[in-house]
Amino acid sequence: MKGSPVTNASASTGPSGAQGLHAPVWVAGTGVISAIGQNRDQCLQSLRLGQAGMAPMQRLESIHKDTIPVAEVKLSNEELAAFSGLAPTSSRTALLSAVAALEALADAGLVGAGARDESSGSRGATSVGWRTGFISANSVGGMDLTEDFYPAFLADPAKGRLRQVIQHECGAATEAVADLLGINHYVSTISTACSSSANAIFFGARLIKHGYLDVVIAGGTDSLSRFTLNGFNTLMILDNAWCKPFDENRKGLNLGEGAGYVVLVSAAVAATLKRPPLARLSGYANANDAYHQTASSPDGTGSFMAMKGALTLSGLAPSEIDYINLHGTGTQNNDIAEGTAIKRLFDPTYPPMSSTKSFTGHTLGGCGGIEAVFSVLSLQGGYIYPNLRLETPMKELPFEVATTFSEGRPINHVLSNSFGFGGNCTSLIFSKL
Amino acid sequence: MDQLMANLKRQIIAQLNLKDLKPEDIGDDQPLFVEGIGLDSIDALELIVLLQQEYKIKLASAEDGPKVFYTVRTMAQYITDHQPA
Amino acid sequence: MVYIRSIGNVSPQATFGAEGRANFGTTGFEPSGTAASATGRDLITPAAPAVYTGNRLKAIEPDYSKYIDAKLIRRMSRIIRMGVAAAMDCLDGAAAEPGAPTGAGVRAEAPQGAAATPTTVGASPGRLVPEAIITGTAYGCLEDTVTFLRRMVENKEEMLTPTAFIQSTHNTVGAQIALMLQCHGYNNTFVHSGFSFESALLDAQMLLEEGQANNVLVGGVDEITDTSHTILERFGLFKRETVSNLELYDTKTKGTINGEGAVFFLLSKEPGGLARLDGMETFYKPTDLEDTTQHIRGFLNRHQVSLAAIDLILLGINGNILEDEAYDLIRSQVFPNTPVAGFKHLCGEYPTASAFALWLATQKIQSGLKRVLIYNQQQQSHHSLYLVSACGT
Repeated sequence: MKGSPVTNASASTGPSGAQGLHAPVWVAGTGVISAIGQNRDQCLQSLRLGQAGMAPMQRLESIHKDTIPVAEVKLSNEELAAFSGLAPTSSRTALLSAVAALEALADAGLVGAGARDESSGSRGATSVGWRTGFISANSVGGMDLTEDFYPAFLADPAKGRLRQVIQHECGAATEAVADLLGINHYVSTISTACSSSANAIFFGARLIKHGYLDVVIAGGTDSLSRFTLNGFNTLMILDNAWCKPFDENRKGLNLGEGAGYVVLVSAAVAATLKRPPLARLSGYANANDAYHQTASSPDGTGSFMAMKGALTLSGLAPSEIDYINLHGTGTQNNDIAEGTAIKRLFDPTYPPMSSTKSFTGHTLGGCGGIEAVFSVLSLQGGYIYPNLRLETPMKELPFEVATTFSEGRPINHVLSNSFGFGGNCTSLIFSKL
Repeated sequence: MDQLMANLKRQIIAQLNLKDLKPEDIGDDQPLFVEGIGLDSIDALELIVLLQQEYKIKLASAEDGPKVFYTVRTMAQYITDHQPA
Repeated sequence: MVYIRSIGNVSPQATFGAEGRANFGTTGFEPSGTAASATGRDLITPAAPAVYTGNRLKAIEPDYSKYIDAKLIRRMSRIIRMGVAAAMDCLDGAAAEPGAPTGAGVRAEAPQGAAATPTTVGASPGRLVPEAIITGTAYGCLEDTVTFLRRMVENKEEMLTPTAFIQSTHNTVGAQIALMLQCHGYNNTFVHSGFSFESALLDAQMLLEEGQANNVLVGGVDEITDTSHTILERFGLFKRETVSNLELYDTKTKGTINGEGAVFFLLSKEPGGLARLDGMETFYKPTDLEDTTQHIRGFLNRHQVSLAAIDLILLGINGNILEDEAYDLIRSQVFPNTPVAGFKHLCGEYPTASAFALWLATQKIQSGLKRVLIYNQQQQSHHSLYLVSACGT
C-alpha cells in the first residue's frame, strides 16, 4: 500500500485479522474550539464551572443582533489565522477547523503524520509511514464569505470579489486545512446538516477498519453566518433567550460555532504512540427518520434506530452506557423525539445524560465533532456535564437530565447523539480501552 | 369576507407553489392541513410570512398556527379581527 | 468488486429511462480506431445527440409526474427533481430485472412504531427500496441556496420564508429519496469537489463489503444555476467562443463547457446485472506528471489487468487546451495504443461528471465491450480511476 492511494485492492482482503467491521479503532487525540473555549482545557473548565458561551452577537453582522443570542467563538478571523497559520482571508469555517485539527494532531503526538515524504515520493507518509486522511464536515462551507460577496454581485454580476466566493464549496474548507496539515493521502467532506461531523467520524473509522488508512483526523466545523441564522429564524425554532434543552418550557435553540476533531488510529499506529490511546470508537450507526425534511418523527424512529444500531455494533446493552451526550437542541420537536427514543431503548434504567449545547449552542456541522471530544473527555475524567438552565423537566419523559457537574465517576461507555435535517440520525459510542 | 377569502386562496396557491390547484378547488371551510389540502408544518411557516407581507399581521406565536390556518375562513376571520387600523 | 445492477441518468443528453439507454445503445463508437478524429480520439455520439453551441449545457429533464407526487414536487428545485427522478428510474430498472435476486432489495415497510407521515405520499408501491442511499454533490442545492441568499439581501433579513433554506441543505436529494421510499437505512452525502461521487462510491463499496447492506443506491448530482455559471465564467473556466459540443476536443483553446446532471447506480455484491466495477481509486494533488502516471500504472497492476485487455479508455478531456495537454502526455506515456474517447462533450465539465462516465462505461459494457477504464481529473488536483468489466469476465 505504500505510496498508493485509497485502493479497492486492499479492501478485498476482507474482515480478517486487524481489519474488518470489528477491528478496533482508537482515539489517540482530540481538539476543540467553541464559544466556551479555544481549546480542550478551556472548554473543560467552562463545562466544570457551568459557564455557557451564549452572548449578544459581537462579530456577526445582522439585524437580529439585539434579539437573537448566539454562541460565538470570541476570536477574530485575524486571531484565528495567527493561531493556525492559515491566511486571514480564509473562511471562518476553515479557520475554526484548522485550530481544532491542529490541537487534535498535537494531542495525539502525530504532528506531521500526513506530511508528504519528498524523498520517496509517496503520499501521507513520514519517517513513520502512516497513511493519513482528513475527513471533515460542515453544513454551509464558506458561506460566511459568500454572503459578504453576494450583495455586490446581486447589484452587478460583474462585481463582487471572487476571492470571497472561491471558498464557497464545503470541500474548500477541508482542503485548506488538509494542505495546512500536509495531508494528501485521502481527503473528503460530508454534509448531512447537524449530523455531518458524527458521520465524518465513523466514515473515518471505517476507512481504518478496511485497511485504507492508518490515521484519520475526523470531525467537523461550522462558523456562524447570516444565512443559517436567518434560515433557522424562518423555522421559528430560535430561542430569544438562552436555550433550555429538555425543559418542559423550552423555546428553541441558540446557534453556535466551532469545530471538533478526534484523531483515529489503527491498532498498529496505537502500538507506536508514546501514551495509550484515550478511547475506542466502539459503536456507530446512521439511520434515516424518513418522516419529514426538517422535523423528527414523534416517536423518534430514526434516533431510536441510530442508538440501537450503535449499541449492536459495540456489543453493549443499554444498561452499560454510563453517560449520554444528547443531541438536545432545545427545540420542542427534537427533544421530545430524542427523549421518546431514549425511553423506548433505555426504560426503566437511565444513565446520566445532558445536552452540552446548553453551553456551546448548536454548532450544526461542528456539533458531532465537538461533542465527540466532550465524550472522550468524559471517559478520561469520569465527567458528567450539566444540562444548564433546566427548570422543569419534560412532563412526557420519565427521566431527568443531569444538572450539576461531577467528576471521577466510573464511566466506561459514552453515547453521543447527532441528528440532522433530512432525517439524518447518527449515534457514536466511545469506550474506555 | 368573500373577497378576502378569494384573495387568500390565490395568495396561498402562489406562496406555496400549489400548481395543481385552482382557487375554486379550495373550499372556504375545507381544512388546509393534513386531511384537507394536505399542507404541513413548513407551509404553516410560509403562511405566517404571507400574513406579514400581505396583511401586515404578525402571528404572536407559531403555536397559534393550527387554529388560525385551519381553513380559509378562519384565516380570513383572523385577518379581519387583527387588521391594523 | 461490486456489481452495477441498474442505472438512472438525467443529463444534457437524452439518457433517461429505456429510451435514453437505447439512445446510447450500440451505435456511435467503433473501437477499431478507424473512427478516430483528427486529435486521435474517438468520438462517442448517441443515436440522437443533443447539440449545444454555447458554453452551458442543460440537463434534459424527464416528465416528472411519473416519478414524483405533485404534493412533493412543488417544493423541489431542479437538482432535487433531477436527482430523485434519476434515482427512481434506477430503482425501477432493478425491479424490472428478470429474476431480481431476493437479496437485492426490500420492499417499503415502516419499522415498528413508525408514525404516519404527513409530508409523504407513502412509499411507491412495487419499487425496490435500497438498504442505503449515498449521494455525492460538490455544490449541493445551489438554486435554493441563492434563492434564500437573494431574499435575505433584498429583504434585509426580514420576511423570509423557510422553504428555500430547508431545501438548500446539501443532503436534500438523498433525504428526499429516503422520504419518498420510506427508506430508514443508511443515508450519507459527500460534498468534496471532484471527489464527491468517488467518496460516495467508496462508502457504498465499504457498506457492501461489511455486509451492512446487500444493495446500495449511490449517485452523483450537480446543477448549474445562472449565478453559478456567471461566477464560474468570471473565473475563466469556460470557452468564450462559440463551439459545438460535438467538436469540443478540436478547439485547441482555453476553457471548457459547463455541465450538470444526476446519475444513480444500484450496487450489489451479488454477481449479475449490467456491469462489474472492479475498482475505483482517487489521488489528490499529485506532485507531477510522473507521479500521476505511477498512480495509473499502479492501479492497473493492482487489478492485474494489461492494457491489451482494455477495450476503451474514457478520458476526462474537456477541450481546455491546458488540461487536455496533460491527458495527451499521460496517454502517450501510459496507454499509447489503447482506444480512448472523451465523455464531457456529452455531459459537460462538472465536479461529479465521473458519475456520467461510469454510466457511459456501463452502457458500453452492455453493448459488447469487455473492459473499460475511466480516468478523470478536475483542476489538476482531483484524480479518479475506474475499472469496469462485463459481468462474468
